Amino acid sequence: MIADLIEAIAKILFVFGVNMGFFAPILGWVERKQSAVMQDRVGANRADIFGFTLIGLLHPLSDTIKLITKEDFIPAGANKLFHTLAPFISLTPALITFAVVPFGGQYEIFGRRINLVVADLDVGILFVFAFASLATYGTVLAGWSSNNNWSFLGGLRAAAQMLSYEVAMGLSIIGIIMVYGSLKLTEIGAMQTDFFKWGIFLQPIGFILFLTCAIAENKRAPFDIPEAETEIVAGYFTEYSSMKFIMFWMGEFLEMVTISGIITTLFLGAWHLPFISDERLLSLFGFAGPNGSIIMLMMANIATFFGKIIFMIWFQMTIRWTLPRFRYDQIMKLGWKIMLPISLINIFITGLVVLLK
Amino acid sequence: MSEYIPVLIMLLLGAGTAVGILVATTLIGPKKSFADKMEPFECGEHPIVSPKLRFSVKFYLVAIFFVIFDIEAVFLYPWAVLFKRLGIFGFIEMMIFLVILAVGLIYVWKRGALEWE
Repeated sequence: MIADLIEAIAKILFVFGVNMGFFAPILGWVERKQSAVMQDRVGANRADIFGFTLIGLLHPLSDTIKLITKEDFIPAGANKLFHTLAPFISLTPALITFAVVPFGGQYEIFGRRINLVVADLDVGILFVFAFASLATYGTVLAGWSSNNNWSFLGGLRAAAQMLSYEVAMGLSIIGIIMVYGSLKLTEIGAMQTDFFKWGIFLQPIGFILFLTCAIAENKRAPFDIPEAETEIVAGYFTEYSSMKFIMFWMGEFLEMVTISGIITTLFLGAWHLPFISDERLLSLFGFAGPNGSIIMLMMANIATFFGKIIFMIWFQMTIRWTLPRFRYDQIMKLGWKIMLPISLINIFITGLVVLLK
Repeated sequence: MSEYIPVLIMLLLGAGTAVGILVATTLIGPKKSFADKMEPFECGEHPIVSPKLRFSVKFYLVAIFFVIFDIEAVFLYPWAVLFKRLGIFGFIEMMIFLVILAVGLIYVWKRGALEWE
């Protein structure tokens, strides 16, 4: 019992540390650097300690110090409680959803079975959807409580957009559940041992649909109409300053990490390397003894998983800086008239193929 | 239920972090307020209209469609998990259900509820 608790807390601290200590601060820098590379600029490189800039890696640190010492501004006429609650609701679900994403398989080390996931829930995918949709409340509350026309418009747009894409997102994932027959993310991940059994080969349409809907849910370009700075200043977080402002950004970046984690688990073979099976790796690490080789295999699997996550994050960043922003009617048209029918057809075709096989 | 305990710990940790950031930013930052500064941002002008106005009925419609279609999507999850065991019978059953869903979508579409000016 005590050992279970220690194991659970160790895993929680690992996931939390990676998210808050690595991804949340670094992704702000990655986004700026990626845009700089793609637009042929030098990019974030000014913050320095004694002349060392470390290719701009000190910017997250200087940004944090700057933002935390800024005034926390609440406009006149704003609802103070909801204005403060909105960033809280945006950030907290983003921190929790990663709990059900497995970052490795199951290993037997020193007679103890270790399952590399914080909470191995039977309803893994539904848990993710439930908590991801809570972020909608944060956005809408931020827009409504600010007593600002721009914020209000941004909140309205965000509400309609996120609701529309949630439907298509929920339906796009049905195909993958039909193929693997489970809602448990650990089971789905464990089934993708063979390279050609990865979700992306079994459900190519589902992959494209899910990626698009996930980006739209996260309000990132080309779906960033709720915060379109050329139209409505900064959308729903116009009236936010200091760390409250950055909490929306942290929520967005962490959601991006979670989306990448789910896409990796469902479609990109989870923690498995292509063409190299775990048994092969285990025999390769045989020199380290029975326990040592399993620990090395575990490390290799975790590294593979996070490598894939980083690739998916890079891919989303590239999309963000490549495509121009959609118009609002185009977004709604894409969601209801294209994504939804295609996901229904995808369910039908998947059913036929699985039954006929 | 025991597998939900880590979720609870994670929830407390996440909520604690968010509250910590909120408290820190409220305590550390300076506080200087005067009437002009506290006005909502309207590109430098004084705000003319309050944002608490009526807005387009379209947004209500989208929310209602969401409730309809998302609840129907939830019905698909248990079916999808058991799909291989249910076989051809379950497939046909669910396709009838999906056709009804599709008819609803076509109706909404033809009535022009999905058009945005």
